[in-house]
Order: sequence, then C-alpha cells, then structure tokens
Amino acid sequence: MVRFLNLTLSGVTSGMVFATVALALVLIWRATRIVNFAQGAMLMVTTFLAWTVVQHGGSYWVALAVALAAGLVLGAVVERIVIRPVENKPPLNAVIVTLGLFVLLEAGAGMIWGNQPHSYPPAFTIKGFTVGGTRLLLSPFDLFVIGAVAMVMVVLTVLFRRTDVGLKLRSAAFAPEVSRLLGVRVGRMLTLGWALASLVGALAGVLIAPSVFVGPSQFDSILVFGFTAAVIGGLDSPIGAVVGGLLLGCALSYVSGYLSSDIVTLGAFAVLIAVLMVRPNGLFAVTTGRRV
Amino acid sequence: MLEIKDLVVTYGAVRALDRVSIEMPAGSITAVLGANGAGKSTLLRTVSGLVRSRAGQITVDGRDVGRLPAEEITRLGVAHVPENSGVILELTVAENLRLGGLWRRDKAALQQQIAAMYELFPLLAERRGRVAATLSGGERQMLALGRALVGRPRLLLVDEPSLGLAPRVVAQLMGVLRRQRDEHGLTVVLVEQNARSALSIADRAIVLNLGAVAADLDQTEAVDERLRHAYLGF
Repeated sequence: MVRFLNLTLSGVTSGMVFATVALALVLIWRATRIVNFAQGAMLMVTTFLAWTVVQHGGSYWVALAVALAAGLVLGAVVERIVIRPVENKPPLNAVIVTLGLFVLLEAGAGMIWGNQPHSYPPAFTIKGFTVGGTRLLLSPFDLFVIGAVAMVMVVLTVLFRRTDVGLKLRSAAFAPEVSRLLGVRVGRMLTLGWALASLVGALAGVLIAPSVFVGPSQFDSILVFGFTAAVIGGLDSPIGAVVGGLLLGCALSYVSGYLSSDIVTLGAFAVLIAVLMVRPNGLFAVTTGRRV
Repeated sequence: MLEIKDLVVTYGAVRALDRVSIEMPAGSITAVLGANGAGKSTLLRTVSGLVRSRAGQITVDGRDVGRLPAEEITRLGVAHVPENSGVILELTVAENLRLGGLWRRDKAALQQQIAAMYELFPLLAERRGRVAATLSGGERQMLALGRALVGRPRLLLVDEPSLGLAPRVVAQLMGVLRRQRDEHGLTVVLVEQNARSALSIADRAIVLNLGAVAADLDQTEAVDERLRHAYLGF
C-alpha cells in the first residue's frame, strides 16, 4: 500500500510536468493548428539560460524569472520569424519548420554550452517527507513543482476565461477570419499565444531540470511524454492536457515501479494506444458540428 | 458614405467583380441582389478587407480603405455580418456579443450597448450563458447582427441574413435594420437572394450579374417586370 501511494505521489509530480509541456503544445495547437515539435528544444534553451544564471551565482528565483522571461520572448520571436510564413499553408510545411528549428536549437546549444549534461539545483530539498517512520516519495521540491504548475494553470484559466485578452485569444484561435471582422488583431494574438505557450514550456524545463539534467538533448523525452499527454487529452483541450499528463505520469510510475524502469517508454505507448482505441479523438475532445 | 469605383476582383482567371461602381449615401439601405456567383459576397468581402481588389477604389467617408487589413477597416466603423452568420460556435452568446465591441476602448459604453442588444433580442438575453453552437439558425443571425451592432458601426454589411430562416424571423431582422437606419443613421448594404424581403426595406437595389452591375434601381417599387423575372426570380 505504501509502495502504491509512493508510486502515485511520484507519478503525480512527474505528471504535472508532462501536463505543463502538454499545455504548451495544446495552446499552440489551438491557436495555429501546428504541433510545435521544437517545444522541447525551446524549453532546453530557456533552461540553459537559467542554468547560466545559476552558474554565475544567481539565485534559483532569479534564474527561474530569467527562464520565464526568455520563454516569453523566444515564443514571440519564433512565431513572428519562423512560424508566420507557414501559417495557413499545408500542415507539412509547419511540421518541417518546427523540426528544423528543433535541430537548429539543439545544435546551437551544443556549440554554446557543450554537449555534456549539467546538474541543476532544485528549489527545495528533494529528500522525501517522513510520516510515521515511512519515507514518502514526496519532497518539499515535489510540492513546489505541483504548486507552481497548479498556479500557472489557474492563472491561464483566469486569463483565458475571464479577461478580454483571453476572449480575443480564444476567438482568434477558433475563428481567425471572423475575429478580424470584429476588429481583433489576430496576428498579435497568435504571437501572444506562442509567447504564453513558450513561457509555460520554460517553466516545465526549469522544474524538470534537476531530474533530467541540462543538456542539448536532455529534454527530448519530456517532449515525447508531453506530446503523448496532449494527445491522450485530445490536443484541443487544456483540461485534457492536464488530465492526460497526470494519467501518463501515474501510469509510467506504476510501470517503472511494478514492472521495470526499462520499459517506461513502452508503457507510454501502451497508454496512448489504449486511450486512442477507446476515444480516437482523445479523452476531452469536443466534437461540434461545424458548417463549412 | 461608401464609394466604390471601378472595382475589379479576380480569383485566378475568373473575374468575380468587373469594374463595379456604386455610391451609397449615409443613412441608406442598399439591397444587392443577384444569382449565385454574381459577385455579391465578393463585393462585401472586398469592402471589409477580407479580399484584395485588383483594381479600383473603395472609400469610406472619403478615406481610401482598399489596402487596409480587415481588422483596421472594422475599427473605422465598418461591420460585416458574413454568410452563415459567423457566430463563433465555441463561445457563449455573451462572449460573442462582447467581442463585437472590444475594439472600442470605452468599456462602460460597451456594457450599455450589450444591454441594448439584449433588449432588442430578448431571446439572446435568455441564452446569454450558452455556447453559440446550441442556438438555432435564427438565433445565430440575431446574435451575429447584435454582435455587429455592439460596435456601433456606421456602415453595416450583411450577407444573406435570411438564408434558411422562417419568414417571421426574417421580418424581425429586417425591422431591426430599418430601425437602426432611422434612429442611428446607419448605412446598410444588404446582400440577399431573397429579393422580396430585401426590397421591403431597401431604399435602392443593385442587381449584380456575372460580376457587373446589371441594374441600379433608385426606386425599388419600380422594379421592371422583365428585370424582376430575369434576375430576381419572382
């Protein structure tokens, strides 16, 4: 029982990070119908920047702020320069462009920071709490991860649901042409959407860095798991991304705990296939009839 | 108010509009009639900036809008209710309405305008929290029209509002347009296949045929028999 509880706790923690990456992918998918394969590389770059701050004696919090700000800027720049020309073009163009960006960023990071993985400090101790003599797989840092991700989700929900900017972001994503007729500057909204997604990704990078280390290709698996979580949730649904992330996190934790840690990736695929067989559009896909 | 001069729009080799010239005075309702493919929707889409013209000039209140992007034309007070209403199905009635006036900075006036629309269309008030996908065709048209009016436009372009609607609803929509013209001096360009309902409120009718103005009728009562038969089908 304790083992099950521990595996669940560690599953929830990693699931929250998967959920964050999934959320970054979902935000971009909703706004531009593009799967951002460069998301992993983008959050790698922002995490490297944070790492550089830490190396130069900056505090954890300054480094985190730098990563988030860099994420915001990087997302906006990428949308304006790289993505804008392929928006409303055949989907394959965007796939190739984001894959190209992924290769470019990883190669560039290797040239600047080297290909060796570096350790990254956690904000708080990663020593688990002890309850009644039993050591739990839940540390103060894990609590921080869960809290930070939950907070971002609340902030995003409020932004999208309760503010005028959020309304414009959603309308630009759902109906770009009609939005323009309503005076919404759709181009700006897309830039903002990418910036927000990249900010969310940057947070995920810093949170996962202590366990995967910082290196040009250290975050590749995070992108795969985040993408899996997003697809499980339906790719179109922010709530789905979160639920998908948590489901995947727990499933992978059970696989590695009860079976073997060697087959964790296999477990991810098993979960993905199982979900897609039952709900081909993902768990939270809404199918609305649209007149065309 | 709206001046269109020698407007040419092409889709590839096809001339959708061929040297169309129309002048619409402020506070008038102009019906644009014609068969499928006559260029009616293209005319509206070009005025609102969704389609780029190849040649010609479009001025709104003396200002050339031919090269402005759609969102900036909207900000000049030009509202366009597209075909099939264009309500955003995923958003609620209230959110759709609010979007119509967000480009105006005056938030207090926006609240007032929204309240006025709920008064004009009480059905929308009842359904304000529902997503637009749950609305009927008539309710969607009301929402689309209300949303356009929330921005307090000076020029309103409406594309086939009566399509697939019950006669009673069509009459209600036409009544709203007429009252907006009478009370607020709104200039309306009304594209319709349903010539009868459009002519019931129009000050003037323009018949498009294969992208060119086939007839420009100042007095809609005087629609010539043959013309009616040839172009309007009744």
